[in-house]
Amino acid sequence: MGAKTGSSPPVVLPPASSGTALFPSLNTLKLKTKQQELLIRVSILALVYVLAFAIRLFSVLRYESMIHEFDPYFNYRTTLFLTEKGFYEFWNWFDSESWYPLGRIIGGTLYPGLMVTAALIYWTLRFLRFAVHIREVCVLTAPFFASNTTIVAYFFGKEIWDSGAGLVAAALIAICPGYISRSVAGSYDNEGVAIFALLLTFYLFVKAVNTGSLAWALASAFGYFYMVSAWGGYVFIINLVPLYVLVLLVTGRYSMRLYVAYNCMYVLGMLLAMQIRFVGFQHVQSGEHMAAMGVFFLLQVFYFLDWVKFTLNDPKLFYSFLRIALTCAISVGSLALGVGMATGYISPWTGRFYSLLDPTYAKDHIPIIASVSEHQPTAWSSFMFDFHILLFLFPAGLYFCFKRLSDATIFIVMYGLTSMYFAGVMVRLILVAAPAVCLISSIAVSATLKNLTMLIRAKNNATPMGSSKGASLKASAKASSFDQPLPYQRNVAIALLLGAFYLLSRYAIHCTWVTSEAYSSPSIVLAARGAHGGRVIFDDYREAYFWLRKNTPADAKIMSWWDYGYQITAMGNRTVIVDNNTWNNTHIATVGRAMSSYEDEAYDIMKSLDVDYVLVVFGGVTGYSSDDINKFLWMVRIGGGVFPVIKEPEYLVNGEYRVDKGAAPKMLNCLMYKLSYYRFGEVTTEYGKPPGYDRARGVEIGNKDVKLEYLEEAFTTSNWIIRIYKVKPPKNRW
Amino acid sequence: MAKSTSSDVLTLIRSLRSAYAATPTNLKIIDLYVVFAIATAVIQVVYMGIVGSFPFNSFLSGVLSCVGTAVLAVCLRIQVNKENKEFKDLPPERAFADFVLCNLVLHLVIMNFLG
Repeated sequence: MGAKTGSSPPVVLPPASSGTALFPSLNTLKLKTKQQELLIRVSILALVYVLAFAIRLFSVLRYESMIHEFDPYFNYRTTLFLTEKGFYEFWNWFDSESWYPLGRIIGGTLYPGLMVTAALIYWTLRFLRFAVHIREVCVLTAPFFASNTTIVAYFFGKEIWDSGAGLVAAALIAICPGYISRSVAGSYDNEGVAIFALLLTFYLFVKAVNTGSLAWALASAFGYFYMVSAWGGYVFIINLVPLYVLVLLVTGRYSMRLYVAYNCMYVLGMLLAMQIRFVGFQHVQSGEHMAAMGVFFLLQVFYFLDWVKFTLNDPKLFYSFLRIALTCAISVGSLALGVGMATGYISPWTGRFYSLLDPTYAKDHIPIIASVSEHQPTAWSSFMFDFHILLFLFPAGLYFCFKRLSDATIFIVMYGLTSMYFAGVMVRLILVAAPAVCLISSIAVSATLKNLTMLIRAKNNATPMGSSKGASLKASAKASSFDQPLPYQRNVAIALLLGAFYLLSRYAIHCTWVTSEAYSSPSIVLAARGAHGGRVIFDDYREAYFWLRKNTPADAKIMSWWDYGYQITAMGNRTVIVDNNTWNNTHIATVGRAMSSYEDEAYDIMKSLDVDYVLVVFGGVTGYSSDDINKFLWMVRIGGGVFPVIKEPEYLVNGEYRVDKGAAPKMLNCLMYKLSYYRFGEVTTEYGKPPGYDRARGVEIGNKDVKLEYLEEAFTTSNWIIRIYKVKPPKNRW
Repeated sequence: MAKSTSSDVLTLIRSLRSAYAATPTNLKIIDLYVVFAIATAVIQVVYMGIVGSFPFNSFLSGVLSCVGTAVLAVCLRIQVNKENKEFKDLPPERAFADFVLCNLVLHLVIMNFLG
């Protein structure tokens, strides 16, 4: 299109001759095949770029432009702070509103990449005189970076296979549900930019390995720096890349290019990563990063040996040298590692890391990790849900990769296999696997389509050409030699091609459906179908937080389960006891203990924590199932993990968790039960059911006559989803 | 056994020296630079062992500066070495420009990290 408008100025001929004159000008418009291909490729990429952005806007259309879920509220709050107070203040921010009475050093305990990115976009837009609100920027950051990811995927696909595979990869990743789940508009979380950074780092590293250029290695070090600044998942890179180097070494594919790429990337990347305060010295101290360092030294030794071998040019001498060198290197290395471990200088692996290697570890040892639903092992159905046809294109792509093995395909195979394993261990890591799965599947799709179309076109060419001197095209020669034994080859190829298009269109339909139905819900505004099929919106969360903001003293301390901490500080602007940054298990356990104790015991705990208000989430009226009663067993478990006074069996009846008449007596009288069901016994929730019928669990509650002694009801939202209680001051003694 | 090993080492060193003499001068200069950087790093590590690693970032930036310099110089050496067929189409000027760029980044970051 651009060429057409560009050549229109010369057409200023008199109107009489224009009919004939247009003809040659049209001829000049005719692009060469190369140019046409480029034009098509660029326009496809542009469309994919727009598509990736547009499909993520369902949530804005359905609800409104707002921040979703839990963690994004913290990110939003810090971004707001950053844009208002500037970078220096942000870096040195001590937040007294969370983790009362401990507080939190925000600047030193977060990955600032996301906030800085959003703030930079915001400042740029402001500079260009677009008067946007920071919230809009935050809402649209994730879709914007998803669009950029498609471009990176194109170049990555081009690097490992060809530009066709790159285009397919860009299109697949643009709508892959596994990736969309964490990057819809409003899901303002680290993963949104981190996947872009992850893929960029990998692409630049593969490029560096392929070219052996220091400049690309430097670029990949910068990509790694961005990744480290954005997400804790950078540990995946710092372990996958050494593993890849090791595999290349073992399979005898060591090359000078690999040496240049890895060493430059490792040294510079490590140094850059240390500039992030939250990561700090971990690259030289924690066990998770030691693999990279080991491989770094190994490469030096390997290079040195290689060099000596080359210089000596004498196998017998070299072997004696090898023996001496290897003994020295191994003994020094193991000594250093042993001393480091023994003196506690190298810290052991953290719990999350263990739970990745051993899926059952978290369940047995760290309830706080196991309690988060996104840390659960993945079910088969969610693989199908998130990947759809990619799931069986993936092995096909692996086959093609193995067929044409190169340094780049080995990398993508390793990335795919390791991330698939991790995706099986933890639900949220499907996100990390999504780009690899898309890339490998795109190789399968692209290679298959290419072969099929080649068959069809070769047949077309072969029939007229068969009479002429001979098939000059290599492909047609090949095809014609195949032609004789396979008479229906062309029809079969067409049928297969149609089948492939059918599958791909099903994929597109599935992705759109999943995005609009499952992944676009903000989970802070709930939607349900009413009795007449209309949509009912429950906006109770924001109602409650707004009430807190307007009706409580500015220094009030709110106690709630940790899930709601970020939201209360961000929207209610009040101090919380615990929040979603689960760094202090004891503090969370204290809250869990208070929630699962009798009211008088809980009152002492709450007084010692200066609690003014208690907030509980209750779904009994609306049938909202992820409320505090359903999370209660985790509170008991986490509380009991630190304070053995709390025993899980006391809340269960024959190992069964129930809230009706048959429930355990401790359960019926603990604080959480009382706060959730206070005055609930008077309410008829469903027609034809007795009063006090809990719709979330489908039972009539066991303790309808809840009396509160130390707390009083302060506010209950219109659908009872959030209930806020005020802690009474101590009684007068006279 | 010990005698044979030490004689092995001696012949090894002798033949290495004679083989190394054939290296072009520009590569020898780079080698000297690498050896100097590694020696500086070793001195720093030994010093840290004696005095203690208290400003850990200073120690790290010192050592990493040396190690980074050495590694980058080795990369340069690989790229300008005429005998490496993998880098035939990489002109030495380009290799040197990359080397300077990486060093620039390395030392800017180290200046920031020195504290």
